[in-house]
Amino acid sequence: MADRRTDAESFETLAMPMFTSLYNFAHWLAHNREEAEDLVQEAYLKALKGFASFQQGTNFRAWMYRILRNTFLTSRSGLGMKMTVPLDREEDAVGPPTDTPEAALLARADQQMLQSALERLPVQFREVILLCDVEEMSYREIAEIIGIPIGTVMSRLSRARKSMRELLAEKMRGASK
Amino acid sequence: MTCDWVPKLDLYVDGELSGGELKEVEVHLQTCPTCAADALNRLQLKRMTQSAGRRFSPRPEFRVKVAQSIDAAKPPRWAWRWAPVLAAAAALVLMLIPAAVWLQYSRSEQALGELADLHVSTLASANPVDVVSSDRHTVKPWFQGKLPFTFNLPDVETSPFKLIGGRLAYFQQSPGAQLLFDVGKHRISVFIFQNRAELSRLNSGSSLTTKLAFNTESWTEGGLWYFVVGDASPSDVHDLSELLRSARS
Repeated sequence: MADRRTDAESFETLAMPMFTSLYNFAHWLAHNREEAEDLVQEAYLKALKGFASFQQGTNFRAWMYRILRNTFLTSRSGLGMKMTVPLDREEDAVGPPTDTPEAALLARADQQMLQSALERLPVQFREVILLCDVEEMSYREIAEIIGIPIGTVMSRLSRARKSMRELLAEKMRGASK
Repeated sequence: MTCDWVPKLDLYVDGELSGGELKEVEVHLQTCPTCAADALNRLQLKRMTQSAGRRFSPRPEFRVKVAQSIDAAKPPRWAWRWAPVLAAAAALVLMLIPAAVWLQYSRSEQALGELADLHVSTLASANPVDVVSSDRHTVKPWFQGKLPFTFNLPDVETSPFKLIGGRLAYFQQSPGAQLLFDVGKHRISVFIFQNRAELSRLNSGSSLTTKLAFNTESWTEGGLWYFVVGDASPSDVHDLSELLRSARS
């Protein structure tokens, strides 16, 4: 009984500081507040339940994100996502930047444009960009969360960023018309 | 034309390079303006994405809700805090129960032993009874004014029992009646005291009967406690007890 209590308290100490980040990630995945809250709540309770089996010394942050992501995958919008996103192809790994001059593009882009581009990215690209650029996770952590090899993380990131640039360029063209 | 180093640029801005590789890229960036500009753009996009990506904040009440559900999943604090104490107390109780049972049993043994001693000393006395009579209507009134209670005596005329007489007895600082009966060549004492909690707890079925070769029976009735003891057979002791229980005068 004492162990269960200590477990719950250790869990709280480790998990609550990442609440805002996890919520942000969940909201980006789910696209709406209500579903994001459901995902976060469910993920926290699942994690608390499984905390006893969590191996001390392994990456707790990656473990929490993996649980949240798995919760999303089994949610209604998560199941829809799996059907609509094509599989990665390793040969597409590193593409050159888009034709639009990068500096000019970025100079004109604002926060809203970037958010809009992120929103329009397929969720598999969006999540990898969020984990790498927003959460500043290493490729190894991302590989652990998504359950793919590090090489696939690299190629997926590259493709995601290429798509981001294309979406931004598209936005610019639309804005300048 | 794309530089061969381009595939390394994402790794560079993501901080995934170390040691020799990192040095090589840094050296290349100093000599290749195209890659340097590309790396700078990638870094800028990364920074902008980071800022744009930190977009959603949880409602404070939602944070409270999740914290509460974690709290609710914990075992109650009192249980956790008192668990060792409760476990120790439970262990103590488990140890004390046999001790209390033994103590009660031991006290019971001792008390009944005293009554058996009284019975034996009565038999050893030259004048075992103070009122000598086989007539219950003589024996019973003799106790009037000597005891703070009265009791019924059965008619034993038609039974194998014979009333010898009675005397006052003191047991645990209380006065009572001791009646002596004969059955065959055996003598049986019947002790009658005002009932008290400690008397009704006495266990006549204790090992006393086997230790002292006495047979005993006890019961409470009408605010009185009866104890029958003698070396007669268990069935005789029981039959006399039945007669006493059925007495109406």
